[in-house]
Amino acid sequence: MEKVGIVGYGAYVPRYRITTDEIARVWGKDGKTMSAGLGVYEKSVPGMDEDTATISVEAARRAVKSSGIDPKEIGAVYVGSESHPYAVKPTATIVGEAIGATPDMTAADYEFACKAGTAAIQTCMGLVKSHMIKYGLAVGADVSQAAPGDALEYAASAGGAAYIIGRDNIIAEISDTVSYTTDTPDFWRREGEAYPGHGERFTGEPAYFRHVISATEKMMEKMGTKPSDYTYAVFHQPNGKFPVRAAKKMGFSKEQIEQGLLSPVIGNTYSGATPVGLSAILDIAKPGDRIIATSYGSGAGSDSFDITVTDRIEDYPRDNIRKKIEDKVYLDYALYMKHRGEFK
Amino acid sequence: MRDVAIIGSGVTKFGELWDKSLADLVAEAGISAIMDAGVDGADIDAMYIGGMSAGRFVGQEHLASLAAEVSGLSELHIPSTRVEAACASGGLALHSGYLAVASGMYDTVVVGGAEKMTDVAGKEATNILASAADREWEAFLGATFPGLYALLARYHMHKYGTTSEQMAKVAVKNHHNGSMNPKAQYRREITVEDVLKSTMVADPLHLLDCSPITDGAAAMIITSLDKAKEYTDEPIKIMASAQSSDSISLAGRSRFDALPATMEAAKRAYKQAGVGPSDIDFAEVHDCFTIAEILAIEDLGFVKKGEGGKAVDEGLTELTGEKPINTSGGLKSKGHPVGATGIAQAHEVILQLRGKADRRQIEKAEIGLSHNVGGSGGTAVVHIMEAI
Repeated sequence: MEKVGIVGYGAYVPRYRITTDEIARVWGKDGKTMSAGLGVYEKSVPGMDEDTATISVEAARRAVKSSGIDPKEIGAVYVGSESHPYAVKPTATIVGEAIGATPDMTAADYEFACKAGTAAIQTCMGLVKSHMIKYGLAVGADVSQAAPGDALEYAASAGGAAYIIGRDNIIAEISDTVSYTTDTPDFWRREGEAYPGHGERFTGEPAYFRHVISATEKMMEKMGTKPSDYTYAVFHQPNGKFPVRAAKKMGFSKEQIEQGLLSPVIGNTYSGATPVGLSAILDIAKPGDRIIATSYGSGAGSDSFDITVTDRIEDYPRDNIRKKIEDKVYLDYALYMKHRGEFK
Repeated sequence: MRDVAIIGSGVTKFGELWDKSLADLVAEAGISAIMDAGVDGADIDAMYIGGMSAGRFVGQEHLASLAAEVSGLSELHIPSTRVEAACASGGLALHSGYLAVASGMYDTVVVGGAEKMTDVAGKEATNILASAADREWEAFLGATFPGLYALLARYHMHKYGTTSEQMAKVAVKNHHNGSMNPKAQYRREITVEDVLKSTMVADPLHLLDCSPITDGAAAMIITSLDKAKEYTDEPIKIMASAQSSDSISLAGRSRFDALPATMEAAKRAYKQAGVGPSDIDFAEVHDCFTIAEILAIEDLGFVKKGEGGKAVDEGLTELTGEKPINTSGGLKSKGHPVGATGIAQAHEVILQLRGKADRRQIEKAEIGLSHNVGGSGGTAVVHIMEAI
C-alpha cells in the first residue's frame, strides 16, 4: 500500500488574549472558580481584521513555505470551519488564490462543527491515495462565536492550522484513519443565528466522550495498538478538562497529552483545535514518534488518526507554535467586544 | 376501611438518561413492579401515576393514558389517573392508590411516578421547578427553590445555631449511602470540604447541598392485605398513609423553623399506625436540600425541634446510627426525578423491610417511614410500612 501523510504544516493563533478572570469580572462570576472548572485560563481573540479566511491563509502560507513544495502542485484546497466569513462564497478559494494554487485545483468549504478540519484531511488523503491529485491542502480554522455571558464565552477563541497531504516527502505518515459518527444534537447554530446553542451537560457524556473515546479506541483496535504504544496523543479540546478526562479514561498519561494540549492558554479554536494541537506535537517530535490524534465535532462525530513521524522531520524547517503563542497582547472586555465586532 | 399491602415494586436507574424517553421510563418501572409482584395484567383494577410537569419538561400531558398504553393495559380500559402535587406527586399517587384499595373500590392497583427532566436546559428546569412555588408572590419576584430553602436554612441557623458543616454532613452521609445503591445517580463519596468548597447556589446552600436534576421512574403494586397473601409470602403492610397541606408560599406559613405540613402528616400517620416516632426504625425523608433533611427529622419527631443539626453531628442518622435516614442515598445522591421520588422512597423502605438492600442493609428494619414533600412544604405525604 502506498504511503500517505503530512508533507507540510503550519499553525496560526492570533496574538490577542482575554483572561477568564476578565470575562468572569464582567458577568459577576468568580474567575478562579471558572478557570478551575473549565481548565481554561485565557483564550485567543482575533485582531480587528482577522477572520477565518485570514487565519486560514496565514496557516496555509506557513505550511506551503516550510514544506518547500510548489503550490501549483496542490490539486485540492478544503477549509473546515464553523465561522466561514460568507454563508455563500467559499473561504477555500481565498486561501487557494492567496497561496498561488489556483486555478488548476478543486476547492470547497467544510462544516462539521469542530471537526471540519480533520474531515478535510481525510478527503485529501483519499484524493492523494487515489492519485487524483498530487498534494491536497486541508485547513481547520475558526473565529468561534459565543453569546456574551454564555458558558461558551470563556473558551470560544480563534486560530487554525493547515496540513499539506501527499505521497512523497512525508514528514509524518498517516497509517490510517477511523471515524465515529452519529446524529447527536449537542451543539448547533441555525442559519442566520449569531450564536450557537448547546445542550449543556448533554455535550459531555453522550456527545464529546462517547465519540472521542469510541473513535480513538476503534483506531487502536484497527492498528492493534494500545495507549502506551504512542509517544503523543491529542484530543479535541473544547476546554482544558474534557481531553484530560478522556485521556485518563482510555489510559493515556499526562505526559502523552500535555504537549498537544493548548486549550488552557488559547481556549477552544473549534475547527482549529485538534489541528493546532497536533502541530505543537510535530514541532518537537522525533523520527519514529507515534501520535494518535482524535478530533470531535458536535452533531456529532470524531476522526481519529494514527500518525508516525519520519526521518524527514529532521530537515523540515519547524516552527514552534508553543513559543509563538507566548507573544501576546491582553485585551480588556470592552476591547474584546470591539474585536469580536459586537458593537454595531 | 381495610388493610392495604404492597406486593411488588420497581425503580429504573436514576440519572441523566439521555437515551430513555418518559414513556420508556414509565414502562420500565411499571414492568419491573409487575414482575416483582407476579401479578397478571388482567388482575389490575386501576392505575395512579404521579408526575409534576411532563407537560413542560417534555411537552407531554395526559400521563395517565400514556402510562396505561406503555404498560400494555390500555385494552383493559381500567381507570388511570395522573396525580400532581409538585415533588410530592409520587407520594400522593401512593396515597391515592391506598385510598382506592382501602375503601374497597378497587382490589389491585398500580401506583407510580415518573419525571424526565434532562431534556431541557438547566435554566428552564429551574423555572419549571419554580412552578411548585407561588408563581405570583415568589417565582415572579425571583425566588427559586434553592432560594426558598436557603431562607429556611438561614432562619434555622439563626434560631438554633445550625451550621453549614452540619448541613454538609447530611450530603456526605447521603452520598456514602448512595455509593452502595446501584440505582443512584451519583455514586461517589464526598467530604464536608467538597460540599463547602462547591459553588454557592443560594447562600448558605452550596451546589452539593442541593439534589440534582434527574430522569427516573418508579412503580409499585398494592392490593388488600388479604389478597396480598395470594401473591407473596412477604407483603409489606401500609400501616399509615397520610397527606396534609399548607400555604404554597413561605409567607403564608405560621412558622419558618419547620414545615408544618410535615408535622401534621406525621401526626396523622402515627395516629393511624398506632406508633410513635421512637417506633420507627429508619426513614426515607425528603432531602431536596440538606437543610430539608434536618427539618424533616425534627418535624417527624425523631429529634427535638432545633436539634437536627446536632443529631447529624452525633451520627444518629448514619447507616449504623440509631435512626438511619435516607439509606438509599436520598434525593441528594440517588437523584430527584420529582414525580417519581415519593414512590422511589417507598421502594427503598420496602427493600430494607425485606432485607434486600445489599451493602446498605440496616440491622433492624421492622417499621419504616417515607416522607415526601411538595414545593417548600405546601404538601406533605407520610407513609409508615411494616413487613409481615
